[in-house]
Amino acid sequence: MTLIRQTLYMTLRHLRELWRQPWFVAVTLVQPVIWLLLFGALFKKVIEIPGFHAHSYIAFLAPGVVVMTAMFNAAWSGMSLIDDLNRGVTARFLVSPVRREALIAGRILKETVVVVIQSLIIVALALIVGASFPGGVGGVAVLFAVSALLGATFGALSNGFGLIMRQEEALIGATQFILLPLTFLSSTFLATNLIPRWMQHVADFNPVNWAVQAGRSATSAHPDWGLAASRAAFLAGLLVLCLAFATNAFRSYQRSV
Amino acid sequence: MEHAIEAEGLRKSYPKGVTALDGLSFGVPPGSVFALLGPNGAGKSTAVKILTTLAKPDAGTARVAGLDVIEDADRVRRTIGVVAQGSAVDVQATGRENLRLQGQLYEKWGPAHRPRRAALEERAQELLERFGLADAADRITRGYSGGMQRRLDIAMALVHDPAVLFLDEPTTGLDPEVRADMWAEIAQLAGERQKTVLLTTHYLEEADQLAERVAIVDRGKVVAQGTPEELKRELRGDAIHVDLDREYNGRVTSALTPLDAVRDVTVDGRVLRARADDGGRAVPLVLQALESHGVGVASVRVARPSLDDVYLKYTGRTFDAAEAEQAEAKR
Repeated sequence: MTLIRQTLYMTLRHLRELWRQPWFVAVTLVQPVIWLLLFGALFKKVIEIPGFHAHSYIAFLAPGVVVMTAMFNAAWSGMSLIDDLNRGVTARFLVSPVRREALIAGRILKETVVVVIQSLIIVALALIVGASFPGGVGGVAVLFAVSALLGATFGALSNGFGLIMRQEEALIGATQFILLPLTFLSSTFLATNLIPRWMQHVADFNPVNWAVQAGRSATSAHPDWGLAASRAAFLAGLLVLCLAFATNAFRSYQRSV
Repeated sequence: MEHAIEAEGLRKSYPKGVTALDGLSFGVPPGSVFALLGPNGAGKSTAVKILTTLAKPDAGTARVAGLDVIEDADRVRRTIGVVAQGSAVDVQATGRENLRLQGQLYEKWGPAHRPRRAALEERAQELLERFGLADAADRITRGYSGGMQRRLDIAMALVHDPAVLFLDEPTTGLDPEVRADMWAEIAQLAGERQKTVLLTTHYLEEADQLAERVAIVDRGKVVAQGTPEELKRELRGDAIHVDLDREYNGRVTSALTPLDAVRDVTVDGRVLRARADDGGRAVPLVLQALESHGVGVASVRVARPSLDDVYLKYTGRTFDAAEAEQAEAKR
Protein backbone atom coordinates (compact mmCIF):
# COMPACT_ATOMS: atom_id res chain seq x y z
CA MET A 1 0.00 0.00 0.00
CA THR A 2 2.72 2.43 0.98
CA LEU A 3 4.55 1.69 -2.25
CA ILE A 4 1.47 2.32 -4.37
CA ARG A 5 0.66 5.54 -2.53
CA GLN A 6 4.21 6.83 -2.79
CA THR A 7 4.36 5.90 -6.48
CA LEU A 8 1.17 7.87 -7.02
CA TYR A 9 2.60 10.96 -5.30
CA MET A 10 5.77 10.77 -7.36
CA THR A 11 3.83 10.27 -10.60
CA LEU A 12 1.67 13.28 -9.79
CA ARG A 13 4.79 15.35 -9.20
CA HIS A 14 6.14 14.54 -12.65
CA LEU A 15 2.77 14.94 -14.36
CA ARG A 16 2.47 18.37 -12.77
CA GLU A 17 5.82 19.32 -14.30
CA LEU A 18 4.51 18.13 -17.64
CA TRP A 19 1.26 20.01 -17.18
CA ARG A 20 3.24 23.22 -16.65
CA GLN A 21 5.24 22.70 -19.84
CA PRO A 22 2.72 21.20 -22.26
CA TRP A 23 4.69 22.53 -25.23
CA PHE A 24 7.23 19.88 -24.36
CA VAL A 25 4.95 17.17 -25.76
CA ALA A 26 4.52 19.24 -28.91
CA VAL A 27 8.28 19.71 -29.34
CA THR A 28 8.94 16.00 -28.98
CA LEU A 29 6.37 15.34 -31.72
CA VAL A 30 8.36 17.19 -34.37
CA GLN A 31 10.62 14.25 -35.03
CA PRO A 32 7.94 11.54 -35.38
CA VAL A 33 5.91 13.81 -37.63
CA ILE A 34 8.94 14.18 -39.89
CA TRP A 35 9.41 10.42 -39.92
CA LEU A 36 5.79 9.75 -40.64
CA LEU A 37 5.10 12.44 -43.22
CA LEU A 38 8.43 13.07 -44.96
CA PHE A 39 9.88 9.60 -44.69
CA GLY A 40 6.49 8.12 -45.51
CA ALA A 41 6.23 10.25 -48.65
CA LEU A 42 9.86 9.74 -49.65
CA PHE A 43 9.68 5.95 -49.56
CA LYS A 44 6.09 5.69 -50.73
CA LYS A 45 7.08 3.37 -53.55
CA VAL A 46 9.04 0.78 -51.51
CA ILE A 47 5.85 -1.26 -51.12
CA GLU A 48 6.21 -2.07 -54.80
CA ILE A 49 9.33 -4.12 -54.03
CA PRO A 50 8.40 -7.77 -54.58
CA GLY A 51 7.79 -9.44 -51.24
CA PHE A 52 6.72 -6.24 -49.43
CA HIS A 53 3.19 -7.17 -48.47
CA ALA A 54 1.58 -3.85 -47.57
CA HIS A 55 -1.14 -1.77 -49.11
CA SER A 56 0.34 1.60 -48.11
CA TYR A 57 3.76 2.57 -46.76
CA ILE A 58 2.33 5.12 -44.31
CA ALA A 59 0.10 2.44 -42.81
CA PHE A 60 3.12 0.11 -42.63
CA LEU A 61 5.31 2.82 -41.08
CA ALA A 62 2.85 4.27 -38.55
CA PRO A 63 3.12 1.51 -35.88
CA GLY A 64 6.91 1.72 -36.20
CA VAL A 65 6.84 5.48 -35.66
CA VAL A 66 4.60 5.06 -32.61
CA VAL A 67 7.05 2.55 -31.12
CA MET A 68 10.07 4.66 -32.03
CA THR A 69 8.60 7.77 -30.49
CA ALA A 70 7.85 5.93 -27.26
CA MET A 71 11.46 4.79 -27.04
CA PHE A 72 13.04 8.07 -28.17
CA ASN A 73 11.23 10.07 -25.50
CA ALA A 74 11.34 7.70 -22.58
CA ALA A 75 15.05 7.13 -23.18
CA TRP A 76 15.69 10.71 -22.01
CA SER A 77 13.89 10.14 -18.71
CA GLY A 78 17.21 9.93 -16.86
CA MET A 79 18.02 13.55 -17.72
CA SER A 80 15.44 14.89 -15.32
CA LEU A 81 16.69 12.46 -12.67
CA ILE A 82 20.20 13.89 -13.07
CA ASP A 83 18.70 17.34 -12.61
CA ASP A 84 17.15 16.09 -9.35
CA LEU A 85 20.53 14.67 -8.29
CA ASN A 86 22.25 17.98 -8.96
CA ARG A 87 19.60 19.95 -7.10
CA GLY A 88 19.76 17.70 -4.04
CA VAL A 89 16.14 16.62 -4.47
CA THR A 90 17.02 12.93 -4.81
CA ALA A 91 19.22 13.00 -1.72
CA ARG A 92 16.34 14.62 0.19
CA PHE A 93 14.03 11.80 -0.86
CA LEU A 94 16.59 9.13 -0.03
CA VAL A 95 16.81 10.24 3.61
CA SER A 96 13.01 10.13 3.90
CA PRO A 97 11.03 6.87 4.21
CA VAL A 98 10.14 6.87 0.50
CA ARG A 99 10.77 3.55 -1.30
CA ARG A 100 13.35 3.57 -4.10
CA GLU A 101 10.91 1.68 -6.30
CA ALA A 102 8.46 4.57 -6.01
CA LEU A 103 11.10 7.07 -7.15
CA ILE A 104 11.68 5.05 -10.34
CA ALA A 105 8.08 3.99 -10.90
CA GLY A 106 6.79 7.55 -10.61
CA ARG A 107 9.05 8.66 -13.47
CA ILE A 108 8.13 5.69 -15.59
CA LEU A 109 4.41 6.07 -15.16
CA LYS A 110 4.73 9.69 -16.25
CA GLU A 111 6.61 8.54 -19.35
CA THR A 112 3.81 6.07 -20.00
CA VAL A 113 1.25 8.85 -19.95
CA VAL A 114 3.38 10.79 -22.43
CA VAL A 115 3.68 7.72 -24.65
CA VAL A 116 -0.09 7.33 -24.79
CA ILE A 117 -0.67 11.01 -25.60
CA GLN A 118 1.94 11.01 -28.35
CA SER A 119 0.73 7.70 -29.77
CA LEU A 120 -2.80 9.07 -30.02
CA ILE A 121 -1.55 12.10 -31.94
CA ILE A 122 0.57 10.02 -34.32
CA VAL A 123 -2.23 7.57 -35.04
CA ALA A 124 -4.65 10.44 -35.66
CA LEU A 125 -2.14 12.04 -38.01
CA ALA A 126 -1.62 8.76 -39.85
CA LEU A 127 -5.38 8.40 -40.28
CA ILE A 128 -5.58 11.95 -41.64
CA VAL A 129 -2.96 11.28 -44.30
CA GLY A 130 -4.80 8.19 -45.41
CA ALA A 131 -3.46 5.24 -43.43
CA SER A 132 -5.89 2.72 -42.05
CA PHE A 133 -5.62 0.27 -39.18
CA PRO A 134 -7.74 -2.75 -40.07
CA GLY A 135 -7.06 -4.28 -36.66
CA GLY A 136 -9.44 -1.66 -35.25
CA VAL A 137 -9.47 -0.03 -31.82
CA GLY A 138 -8.38 -3.25 -30.12
CA GLY A 139 -5.34 -3.52 -32.37
CA VAL A 140 -4.39 0.11 -31.75
CA ALA A 141 -4.76 -0.46 -28.01
CA VAL A 142 -2.30 -3.36 -28.24
CA LEU A 143 0.08 -1.11 -30.22
CA PHE A 144 -0.16 1.48 -27.42
CA ALA A 145 0.39 -1.16 -24.76
CA VAL A 146 3.58 -2.56 -26.31
CA SER A 147 4.81 0.99 -26.96
CA ALA A 148 4.19 1.82 -23.33
CA LEU A 149 6.07 -1.33 -22.27
CA LEU A 150 9.01 -0.40 -24.49
CA GLY A 151 8.93 3.19 -23.27
CA ALA A 152 8.87 2.03 -19.64
CA THR A 153 11.79 -0.31 -20.30
CA PHE A 154 13.92 2.43 -21.83
CA GLY A 155 12.77 4.87 -19.16
CA ALA A 156 13.99 2.47 -16.47
CA LEU A 157 17.29 1.91 -18.28
CA SER A 158 17.80 5.62 -18.71
CA ASN A 159 17.16 6.28 -15.01
CA GLY A 160 19.53 3.49 -14.02
CA PHE A 161 22.28 4.86 -16.24
CA GLY A 162 21.52 8.37 -15.03
CA LEU A 163 22.15 7.25 -11.43
CA ILE A 164 25.38 5.54 -12.41
CA MET A 165 26.77 8.18 -14.78
CA ARG A 166 25.37 11.24 -12.98
CA GLN A 167 26.49 13.52 -15.79
CA GLU A 168 24.17 14.80 -18.44
CA GLU A 169 26.84 14.75 -21.16
CA ALA A 170 27.65 11.08 -20.49
CA LEU A 171 23.99 10.08 -20.54
CA ILE A 172 23.34 12.03 -23.75
CA GLY A 173 26.27 10.25 -25.40
CA ALA A 174 25.17 6.80 -24.28
CA THR A 175 21.55 7.39 -25.29
CA GLN A 176 22.40 8.69 -28.73
CA PHE A 177 24.78 5.81 -29.23
CA ILE A 178 22.03 3.28 -28.62
CA LEU A 179 18.82 4.72 -30.10
CA LEU A 180 19.36 4.90 -33.86
CA PRO A 181 21.11 1.51 -34.23
CA LEU A 182 18.26 -0.16 -32.33
CA THR A 183 15.78 1.53 -34.64
CA PHE A 184 17.55 0.54 -37.84
CA LEU A 185 18.23 -3.02 -36.68
CA SER A 186 14.51 -3.69 -36.77
CA SER A 187 11.60 -3.93 -39.16
CA THR A 188 10.51 -0.35 -38.41
CA PHE A 189 11.15 0.91 -41.94
CA LEU A 190 11.22 -2.24 -44.05
CA ALA A 191 9.49 -5.62 -44.01
CA THR A 192 11.53 -8.22 -42.14
CA ASN A 193 11.93 -10.49 -45.17
CA LEU A 194 13.61 -7.64 -47.09
CA ILE A 195 16.28 -6.70 -44.58
CA PRO A 196 19.69 -8.43 -44.73
CA ARG A 197 19.82 -11.86 -43.10
CA TRP A 198 22.28 -10.90 -40.32
CA MET A 199 20.10 -7.93 -39.40
CA GLN A 200 17.11 -10.25 -39.11
CA HIS A 201 19.03 -12.30 -36.56
CA VAL A 202 19.97 -9.21 -34.57
CA ALA A 203 16.38 -7.96 -34.81
CA ASP A 204 15.14 -11.14 -33.16
CA PHE A 205 16.85 -9.96 -29.98
CA ASN A 206 15.98 -6.29 -30.38
CA PRO A 207 13.22 -5.09 -28.04
CA VAL A 208 12.34 -2.34 -30.50
CA ASN A 209 11.62 -5.00 -33.08
CA TRP A 210 9.52 -6.97 -30.58
CA ALA A 211 7.31 -3.93 -30.05
CA VAL A 212 7.10 -3.14 -33.78
CA GLN A 213 6.22 -6.73 -34.66
CA ALA A 214 3.53 -6.97 -31.99
CA GLY A 215 2.07 -3.54 -32.74
CA ARG A 216 2.09 -3.96 -36.50
CA SER A 217 0.56 -7.39 -36.35
CA ALA A 218 -2.17 -6.30 -33.92
CA THR A 219 -3.19 -3.36 -36.12
CA SER A 220 -3.19 -5.41 -39.33
CA ALA A 221 -6.13 -7.14 -41.02
CA HIS A 222 -5.02 -10.58 -39.84
CA PRO A 223 -3.39 -10.25 -36.43
CA ASP A 224 -1.08 -13.00 -35.26
CA TRP A 225 -2.04 -12.95 -31.58
CA GLY A 226 0.50 -15.60 -30.66
CA LEU A 227 3.30 -13.42 -32.00
CA ALA A 228 1.89 -10.31 -30.31
CA ALA A 229 1.51 -12.08 -26.96
CA SER A 230 5.01 -13.58 -27.02
CA ARG A 231 6.61 -10.24 -27.93
CA ALA A 232 4.63 -8.45 -25.22
CA ALA A 233 5.79 -11.09 -22.74
CA PHE A 234 9.44 -10.59 -23.77
CA LEU A 235 9.01 -6.86 -23.27
CA ALA A 236 7.39 -7.33 -19.87
CA GLY A 237 10.23 -9.59 -18.77
CA LEU A 238 12.83 -7.10 -19.92
CA LEU A 239 10.97 -4.31 -18.16
CA VAL A 240 11.13 -6.17 -14.85
CA LEU A 241 14.90 -6.61 -15.25
CA CYS A 242 15.39 -2.95 -16.11
CA LEU A 243 13.29 -1.83 -13.14
CA ALA A 244 15.42 -3.96 -10.83
CA PHE A 245 18.56 -2.48 -12.39
CA ALA A 246 17.32 1.10 -11.96
CA THR A 247 16.24 0.55 -8.35
CA ASN A 248 19.61 -0.94 -7.49
CA ALA A 249 21.45 1.89 -9.21
CA PHE A 250 20.58 4.14 -6.24
CA ARG A 251 23.34 2.28 -4.41
CA SER A 252 25.86 3.44 -6.97
CA TYR A 253 24.70 7.01 -6.41
CA GLN A 254 24.79 6.63 -2.63
CA ARG A 255 28.33 5.31 -2.78
CA SER A 256 29.36 8.47 -4.59
CA VAL A 257 27.97 10.98 -2.10
CA MET B 1 22.93 8.81 29.60
CA GLU B 2 21.59 7.53 26.30
CA HIS B 3 22.69 9.83 23.49
CA ALA B 4 20.26 10.99 20.81
CA ILE B 5 23.08 10.84 18.28
CA GLU B 6 26.15 8.73 18.70
CA ALA B 7 29.06 8.30 16.32
CA GLU B 8 31.79 5.81 17.16
CA GLY B 9 35.02 5.59 15.20
CA LEU B 10 33.51 6.53 11.84
CA ARG B 11 35.86 6.15 8.90
CA LYS B 12 35.22 6.90 5.29
CA SER B 13 37.41 7.50 2.32
CA TYR B 14 36.43 8.25 -1.23
CA PRO B 15 37.92 6.89 -4.41
CA LYS B 16 41.13 8.75 -5.32
CA GLY B 17 42.31 8.25 -1.76
CA VAL B 18 40.61 11.21 -0.11
CA THR B 19 40.05 10.43 3.57
CA ALA B 20 36.92 12.24 4.70
CA LEU B 21 36.54 10.68 8.15
CA ASP B 22 39.38 9.27 10.16
CA GLY B 23 37.82 7.79 13.29
CA LEU B 24 35.21 10.42 14.09
CA SER B 25 33.44 9.97 17.44
CA PHE B 26 31.02 12.14 19.37
CA GLY B 27 27.75 11.99 21.27
CA VAL B 28 24.81 14.38 21.43
CA PRO B 29 22.58 14.46 24.52
CA PRO B 30 18.85 14.41 23.72
CA GLY B 31 17.08 17.75 23.48
CA SER B 32 20.23 19.77 22.91
CA VAL B 33 21.80 21.69 20.08
CA PHE B 34 25.16 20.31 19.07
CA ALA B 35 27.54 21.83 16.55
CA LEU B 36 30.19 20.14 14.48
CA LEU B 37 32.59 22.97 13.81
CA GLY B 38 35.35 22.82 11.27
CA PRO B 39 36.61 24.26 8.01
CA ASN B 40 35.24 23.13 4.66
CA GLY B 41 36.44 19.64 3.89
CA ALA B 42 36.96 18.65 7.53
CA GLY B 43 34.44 15.82 7.08
CA LYS B 44 31.35 17.36 8.68
CA SER B 45 29.08 16.80 5.70
CA THR B 46 30.27 13.23 5.30
CA ALA B 47 29.41 12.63 8.94
CA VAL B 48 25.92 14.03 8.39
CA LYS B 49 25.43 11.87 5.29
CA ILE B 50 26.30 8.77 7.30
CA LEU B 51 24.12 9.73 10.26
CA THR B 52 21.17 10.42 7.97
CA THR B 53 21.54 7.04 6.15
CA LEU B 54 22.53 8.55 2.81
CA ALA B 55 26.10 7.21 2.85
CA LYS B 56 27.68 4.19 4.48
CA PRO B 57 30.84 4.35 6.58
CA ASP B 58 33.84 2.14 5.75
CA ALA B 59 34.13 1.39 9.45
CA GLY B 60 32.62 2.45 12.75
CA THR B 61 29.05 2.61 14.00
CA ALA B 62 26.46 5.30 14.42
CA ARG B 63 23.12 5.41 16.20
CA VAL B 64 20.36 7.98 15.96
CA ALA B 65 17.59 7.89 18.57
CA GLY B 66 19.00 4.54 19.65
CA LEU B 67 18.70 3.05 16.14
CA ASP B 68 21.64 1.81 14.12
CA VAL B 69 21.90 3.89 10.94
CA ILE B 70 22.79 0.87 8.81
CA GLU B 71 20.75 -1.94 10.35
CA ASP B 72 17.70 0.17 11.07
CA ALA B 73 17.98 2.72 8.25
CA ASP B 74 14.23 2.78 7.54
CA ARG B 75 13.28 3.57 11.11
CA VAL B 76 16.02 6.18 11.35
CA ARG B 77 14.58 7.88 8.26
CA ARG B 78 11.16 8.13 9.90
CA THR B 79 12.71 9.76 12.96
CA ILE B 80 14.93 12.41 11.43
CA GLY B 81 14.56 15.65 9.52
CA VAL B 82 17.40 16.71 7.26
CA VAL B 83 18.44 20.04 5.83
CA ALA B 84 21.29 19.28 3.48
CA GLN B 85 24.14 21.55 2.53
CA GLY B 86 22.76 23.53 -0.39
CA SER B 87 19.07 23.80 -1.11
CA ALA B 88 17.09 20.70 -2.06
CA VAL B 89 13.94 22.48 -3.17
CA ASP B 90 12.10 21.18 -6.24
CA VAL B 91 12.25 24.41 -8.25
CA GLN B 92 9.50 23.38 -10.65
CA ALA B 93 6.92 23.17 -7.88
CA THR B 94 5.41 25.77 -5.56
CA GLY B 95 6.39 26.07 -1.92
CA ARG B 96 3.16 24.44 -0.83
CA GLU B 97 3.56 21.58 -3.31
CA ASN B 98 7.09 20.95 -2.06
CA LEU B 99 5.87 20.77 1.52
CA ARG B 100 2.87 18.63 0.67
CA LEU B 101 4.93 16.03 -1.20
CA GLN B 102 7.52 15.92 1.56
CA GLY B 103 4.76 15.34 4.10
CA GLN B 104 3.14 12.62 2.00
CA LEU B 105 6.30 10.55 2.25
CA TYR B 106 5.79 10.11 5.99
CA GLU B 107 3.06 8.18 7.65
CA LYS B 108 2.41 10.60 10.41
CA TRP B 109 2.20 14.31 10.94
CA GLY B 110 -0.02 16.07 13.35
CA PRO B 111 -2.75 14.47 15.49
CA ALA B 112 -3.72 10.96 14.39
CA HIS B 113 -7.47 11.46 14.63
CA ARG B 114 -7.57 14.09 11.88
CA PRO B 115 -8.13 13.03 8.27
CA ARG B 116 -4.68 12.70 6.67
CA ARG B 117 -5.20 15.14 3.84
CA ALA B 118 -6.66 17.89 6.00
CA ALA B 119 -4.02 17.40 8.68
CA LEU B 120 -1.22 17.71 6.15
CA GLU B 121 -2.70 20.83 4.53
CA GLU B 122 -2.97 22.38 7.97
CA ARG B 123 0.60 21.44 8.86
CA ALA B 124 1.88 22.86 5.57
CA GLN B 125 0.04 26.13 6.10
CA GLU B 126 1.34 26.40 9.66
CA LEU B 127 4.93 25.92 8.50
CA LEU B 128 4.56 28.33 5.58
CA GLU B 129 3.32 31.00 7.97
CA ARG B 130 5.96 30.30 10.55
CA PHE B 131 8.77 30.62 8.00
CA GLY B 132 7.37 33.74 6.37
CA LEU B 133 6.46 31.98 3.15
CA ALA B 134 2.69 32.23 3.33
CA ASP B 135 2.48 34.97 0.68
CA ALA B 136 4.78 33.08 -1.67
CA ALA B 137 3.29 29.66 -0.91
CA ASP B 138 1.66 29.18 -4.28
CA ARG B 139 4.46 30.59 -6.38
CA ILE B 140 6.93 28.37 -8.23
CA THR B 141 10.03 28.19 -6.05
CA ARG B 142 12.41 28.90 -8.94
CA GLY B 143 11.58 32.54 -8.26
CA TYR B 144 12.38 32.35 -4.53
CA SER B 145 15.42 34.13 -3.10
CA GLY B 146 18.23 32.04 -1.59
CA GLY B 147 16.96 32.83 1.90
CA MET B 148 13.40 31.80 1.03
CA GLN B 149 14.55 28.51 -0.47
CA ARG B 150 16.59 27.85 2.65
CA ARG B 151 13.60 28.55 4.88
CA LEU B 152 11.51 26.19 2.76
CA ASP B 153 14.24 23.54 3.18
CA ILE B 154 13.92 23.84 6.93
CA ALA B 155 10.12 23.83 6.79
CA MET B 156 10.24 20.63 4.73
CA ALA B 157 12.59 18.99 7.22
CA LEU B 158 10.09 19.78 9.99
CA VAL B 159 6.89 18.70 8.26
CA HIS B 160 6.67 15.39 10.16
CA ASP B 161 7.86 16.88 13.44
CA PRO B 162 11.08 14.86 13.67
CA ALA B 163 12.71 14.09 17.00
CA VAL B 164 16.20 14.65 15.59
CA LEU B 165 17.02 17.41 13.16
CA PHE B 166 20.18 17.65 11.06
CA LEU B 167 21.20 21.02 9.67
CA ASP B 168 24.21 20.83 7.38
CA GLU B 169 25.67 24.31 6.94
CA PRO B 170 22.25 25.94 7.22
CA THR B 171 23.45 29.50 6.72
CA THR B 172 26.27 29.11 4.22
CA GLY B 173 25.83 31.39 1.24
CA LEU B 174 23.21 33.60 2.92
CA ASP B 175 23.49 37.36 3.35
CA PRO B 176 24.52 38.43 6.86
CA GLU B 177 21.05 39.78 7.72
CA VAL B 178 19.33 36.66 6.47
CA ARG B 179 21.82 34.63 8.48
CA ALA B 180 20.89 36.48 11.66
CA ASP B 181 17.20 35.72 11.03
CA MET B 182 18.05 32.09 10.45
CA TRP B 183 19.95 31.95 13.73
CA ALA B 184 16.93 33.22 15.58
CA GLU B 185 14.82 30.59 13.84
CA ILE B 186 17.21 27.76 14.71
CA ALA B 187 17.53 28.91 18.31
CA GLN B 188 13.76 28.81 18.57
CA LEU B 189 13.57 25.34 17.04
CA ALA B 190 15.95 24.03 19.59
CA GLY B 191 13.90 25.30 22.49
CA GLU B 192 10.87 23.48 21.20
CA ARG B 193 9.60 20.04 22.23
CA GLN B 194 12.88 18.46 23.20
CA LYS B 195 14.22 18.33 19.67
CA THR B 196 17.80 17.27 19.26
CA VAL B 197 19.56 19.41 16.69
CA LEU B 198 22.88 18.60 15.04
CA LEU B 199 24.28 21.55 13.19
CA THR B 200 27.42 21.71 11.12
CA THR B 201 29.06 25.01 10.46
CA HIS B 202 32.30 26.66 9.53
CA TYR B 203 31.23 29.90 11.16
CA LEU B 204 32.71 30.11 14.61
CA GLU B 205 30.15 32.65 15.78
CA GLU B 206 27.36 30.37 14.65
CA ALA B 207 28.54 27.49 16.81
CA ASP B 208 29.21 29.87 19.68
CA GLN B 209 25.75 31.45 19.46
CA LEU B 210 23.57 28.44 18.82
CA ALA B 211 25.14 25.33 20.24
CA GLU B 212 25.11 24.09 23.80
CA ARG B 213 27.96 21.75 22.92
CA VAL B 214 30.56 21.93 20.18
CA ALA B 215 32.86 19.35 18.65
CA ILE B 216 35.78 20.74 16.70
CA VAL B 217 36.41 18.61 13.64
CA ASP B 218 39.72 18.67 11.86
CA ARG B 219 40.79 16.29 9.08
CA GLY B 220 38.02 13.80 9.81
CA LYS B 221 38.50 13.64 13.57
CA VAL B 222 37.04 15.36 16.61
CA VAL B 223 39.95 17.18 18.20
CA ALA B 224 38.04 18.75 21.10
CA GLN B 225 34.51 18.82 22.43
CA GLY B 226 32.56 20.51 25.17
CA THR B 227 30.44 23.58 25.74
CA PRO B 228 31.81 26.71 24.05
CA GLU B 229 32.56 28.05 27.54
CA GLU B 230 34.48 24.94 28.58
CA LEU B 231 36.51 24.99 25.42
CA LYS B 232 37.42 28.62 25.88
CA ARG B 233 38.13 28.17 29.56
CA GLU B 234 40.64 25.45 28.81
CA LEU B 235 42.70 28.07 27.08
CA ARG B 236 43.11 29.96 30.36
CA GLY B 237 43.51 33.66 30.12
CA ASP B 238 43.56 36.17 27.33
CA ALA B 239 44.64 36.06 23.74
CA ILE B 240 47.23 38.56 22.62
CA HIS B 241 47.36 39.42 18.92
CA VAL B 242 50.27 41.51 17.70
CA ASP B 243 50.45 42.71 14.13
CA LEU B 244 54.11 43.18 13.16
CA ASP B 245 55.32 45.75 10.66
CA ARG B 246 56.92 43.04 8.54
CA GLU B 247 57.89 39.34 8.68
CA TYR B 248 60.76 38.45 11.00
CA ASN B 249 60.85 34.66 10.99
CA GLY B 250 62.49 33.08 14.08
CA ARG B 251 63.55 36.27 15.76
CA VAL B 252 60.09 36.95 17.19
CA THR B 253 59.73 33.64 18.99
CA SER B 254 63.19 33.81 20.49
CA ALA B 255 62.42 37.31 21.75
CA LEU B 256 59.44 36.01 23.72
CA THR B 257 60.73 32.64 24.91
CA PRO B 258 62.33 34.04 28.12
CA LEU B 259 59.06 35.72 29.17
CA ASP B 260 57.08 33.82 31.83
CA ALA B 261 54.02 36.01 31.40
CA VAL B 262 53.11 34.60 27.95
CA ARG B 263 52.80 31.09 26.52
CA ASP B 264 51.59 29.30 23.36
CA VAL B 265 53.46 31.74 21.15
CA THR B 266 52.82 31.27 17.43
CA VAL B 267 53.88 33.41 14.53
CA ASP B 268 52.00 33.29 11.27
CA GLY B 269 53.51 35.71 8.76
CA ARG B 270 53.09 39.16 10.27
CA VAL B 271 50.74 38.01 13.02
CA LEU B 272 51.98 37.02 16.43
CA ARG B 273 49.60 35.24 18.82
CA ALA B 274 50.21 34.34 22.41
CA ARG B 275 48.25 33.61 25.55
CA ALA B 276 48.60 35.24 28.95
CA ASP B 277 46.83 34.85 32.28
CA ASP B 278 46.58 38.58 32.51
CA GLY B 279 46.69 40.25 29.13
CA GLY B 280 46.95 43.78 30.47
CA ARG B 281 50.10 43.03 32.42
CA ALA B 282 51.71 40.94 29.70
CA VAL B 283 51.40 43.43 26.85
CA PRO B 284 54.04 45.95 28.02
CA LEU B 285 56.47 43.09 28.64
CA VAL B 286 55.85 41.68 25.17
CA LEU B 287 56.33 45.04 23.53
CA GLN B 288 59.52 45.67 25.46
CA ALA B 289 60.94 42.28 24.48
CA LEU B 290 60.07 42.77 20.84
CA GLU B 291 61.60 46.23 20.79
CA SER B 292 64.82 45.05 22.32
CA HIS B 293 65.09 42.46 19.53
CA GLY B 294 64.46 45.07 16.88
CA VAL B 295 61.00 43.85 15.97
CA GLY B 296 58.61 46.60 14.84
CA VAL B 297 54.97 46.50 15.95
CA ALA B 298 52.00 47.85 13.97
CA SER B 299 49.20 47.15 16.45
CA VAL B 300 48.34 45.13 19.55
CA ARG B 301 45.05 43.64 20.70
CA VAL B 302 44.09 41.78 23.82
CA ALA B 303 40.95 39.66 23.63
CA ARG B 304 39.00 37.13 25.62
CA PRO B 305 39.52 33.74 24.00
CA SER B 306 37.33 32.95 21.02
CA LEU B 307 36.58 29.60 19.40
CA ASP B 308 39.11 30.60 16.78
CA ASP B 309 41.76 30.45 19.50
CA VAL B 310 40.41 27.07 20.57
CA TYR B 311 40.70 25.88 17.01
CA LEU B 312 44.26 27.17 16.79
CA LYS B 313 45.21 25.42 20.00
CA TYR B 314 43.89 22.01 18.94
CA THR B 315 44.83 21.96 15.30
CA GLY B 316 47.92 24.12 15.22
CA ARG B 317 46.51 26.37 12.54
CA THR B 318 44.06 29.20 12.39
CA PHE B 319 40.64 28.65 10.99
CA ASP B 320 41.31 30.91 8.02
CA ALA B 321 44.53 29.04 7.24
CA ALA B 322 42.67 25.71 7.32
CA GLU B 323 40.02 27.07 4.97
CA ALA B 324 42.63 28.41 2.58
CA GLU B 325 44.46 25.07 2.68
CA GLN B 326 41.24 23.30 1.72
CA ALA B 327 40.56 25.70 -1.11
CA GLU B 328 44.09 25.05 -2.34
CA ALA B 329 43.65 21.27 -2.16
CA LYS B 330 40.48 21.48 -4.20
CA ARG B 331 42.22 23.13 -7.12
